[in-house]
Amino acid sequence: MEAPLLHLALVGTPNSGKTSLFNALTGSRQKVANYPGVTVERKEGFFVTPQGRQVSVVDLPGTYSLRGRSPDEEITRDFVLGKASGEIVPDLVLCVADSTNLRLTIRLLLELKRTGRPMILVLNMFDIAARRGITVDVERLAKELGVPVVTSIAVRKGGTADLLALTDEISAKLAAEPTENSWRALSVSELRATQRDADRIIADCVSLPARPDTWTARIDAVVLHPVGGLIVLALILFVMFQAVFAWAQPAMDLLKSGFDALGGFVQATLPDGLLQSFLQNGVIAGVGSVIVFLPQIILIFLFILLLEDFGYMARAAFLMDRIMGGAGLHGRAFIPLLSSFACAIPGIMATRVIDNKRDRLTTILIAPLMTCSARIPVYTLIISAFIPAKDVWGFINLQGLVMFGLYATGIVSALLVSFVIKFFMIRDYAPAPFMLELPDYKMPRLKSIAIGIYTRAKMFLQRAGTTIFSMMVLIWFLASFPQPPAGSTEPAIDFSLAAIIGKALEPLLAPVGFNWQIAVALIPGMAAREVAVAALGTVYAIEGGKEAAEQIGQVLATKWSLATALSMLAWYIFAPQCASTLAVIRRETGSWTWMAVTFFYMLVLAYAASLVTYNVAVALGAG
Amino acid sequence: MPLGLALRGYTGVIQHLSTKDTDSALSDIELESRLIELGFVEGARVEVLHEGLVGRDPIAVRVDSITIAVRRREAMAIIVA
Repeated sequence: MEAPLLHLALVGTPNSGKTSLFNALTGSRQKVANYPGVTVERKEGFFVTPQGRQVSVVDLPGTYSLRGRSPDEEITRDFVLGKASGEIVPDLVLCVADSTNLRLTIRLLLELKRTGRPMILVLNMFDIAARRGITVDVERLAKELGVPVVTSIAVRKGGTADLLALTDEISAKLAAEPTENSWRALSVSELRATQRDADRIIADCVSLPARPDTWTARIDAVVLHPVGGLIVLALILFVMFQAVFAWAQPAMDLLKSGFDALGGFVQATLPDGLLQSFLQNGVIAGVGSVIVFLPQIILIFLFILLLEDFGYMARAAFLMDRIMGGAGLHGRAFIPLLSSFACAIPGIMATRVIDNKRDRLTTILIAPLMTCSARIPVYTLIISAFIPAKDVWGFINLQGLVMFGLYATGIVSALLVSFVIKFFMIRDYAPAPFMLELPDYKMPRLKSIAIGIYTRAKMFLQRAGTTIFSMMVLIWFLASFPQPPAGSTEPAIDFSLAAIIGKALEPLLAPVGFNWQIAVALIPGMAAREVAVAALGTVYAIEGGKEAAEQIGQVLATKWSLATALSMLAWYIFAPQCASTLAVIRRETGSWTWMAVTFFYMLVLAYAASLVTYNVAVALGAG
Repeated sequence: MPLGLALRGYTGVIQHLSTKDTDSALSDIELESRLIELGFVEGARVEVLHEGLVGRDPIAVRVDSITIAVRRREAMAIIVA
């Protein structure tokens, strides 16, 4: 692609439809990255105007002002002012407004004008405003504001034609007039005066209908009802869990058998030896074991993006704010923690919506305690091997009860850890304010959702292709070298570095009832928790495949005591057994320290929980 | 009276902001700035639309043409009549 000639920046308040305009302009030609040094997502896209100008456009984080009270908002301010490091000063700023809700955007625009950047006001969602009977005198508004104004309907085909034409027109005469930046942080009285100006301009140019959006009021009457709202929330969560755990299964099975077939093909085609083992066990089985989670990741993001576009997320935060506040968590932490039940990685990435640093950090630290889907294979294996499938109190299945207990223990300990952080680690804690716009409900747009899922799936696959791939290569190496001497009959892994490490770790793990085979399995389990299941199979010298998974259970039942099995379950609730999660914590907090803190607190909890579980079980005669 | 004491169904008009002596975690100026940025300015019409379950907190407030969720702690700074 040619170098862009024109650089645009999209600025607007949250919920102004900025992102759908961005998607409408650029389609899938988007690049998502991070701004250097901070963990704010940088979204850039490209398009060509009708007159053939190559344009790059950056979707800046939503903000109500240029004061910059969170890392996101600082990026927006610095970018517009041309102070962001390594960034080009935008040639033209598009200030995006929700046409049904102009008050806050017009005030923001009056503030933006002081930066002296060339600007267009884009009245987005103009169709919804028209349907509600809101009329805007666009010409007069442009005159009063001293800024060109254009209407757009981002979600409709051709809805951005006027904007494109105006962009061409303005960029033809750009650079002729050098501009002066007279922006500085506004004092409270200036802020108030600007809002008054904005309100006066709106009164002159916009006529609002007497009645507000009735649909939003009707839905909110149910969804925000103190009791009914919580029931609705619980129902939504139930469907979401059902989808992630049940509906994703066929697609995951398909991916898994695809990778198995690929591995089988490699085994059949290549001669026995290192290359075959590397490709089959290291690359295909390793990376495959992570990629099978793609359907779950796609589903969880589908739900999150749908609820977000619809306008429900802010409501969920509203409902949960006080309930989570008891444990020292912010209402906005609810969604990230919810996502962590699928996988802590998207969960931790979703903490970006929390603007208070300490609230965000607390949420990141406890997110890995939510029972993620990678723990399920481990739990299922051990429970089915050791816990009898009998009913207790006549109607509750004991295996299901243990599974529920494991989930509940994860949640309760997350809340306890958050409580401890609130009181001991962050002493001068005062709850950050909860101030949030509850936007009118809007029909989610398929195209926008599809683009959102596509970019996230791409990020996930890229990580699987880099970080996880290199981790798998390392583990394959440890489990394969040194090679067994010729003619030996014991499993090859007995001679490997992994076994040496496992035996070295054994004394440490003996008090919690783990043997060296478990210690070895925990090492590949660091890359992805569920790999431990396959690793146990390898260690106990069982051939891979589906029947083997059932056999591992039988082997474990003969080789482990019940106390060891229970101890292993307790270990898996807490253990920081996931290198990708730790890497994401490092990236999102921008610090090795917090990654280390997470690792050690979880390790200590895991060891303590296993120690107690093992010894109590032995004392009760399960050793 | 402060908006922080208003019950569901209350309607009124903002008289002024008084951010002194609220027990918000924010400084006076910061709280006042944020409230203004969300549209809580003198003369705006407010209506308490919804309340949370625990302690009737937070509240969802209609401010002219938009709805804002805010905790009662911060809403104490908004004086209405």
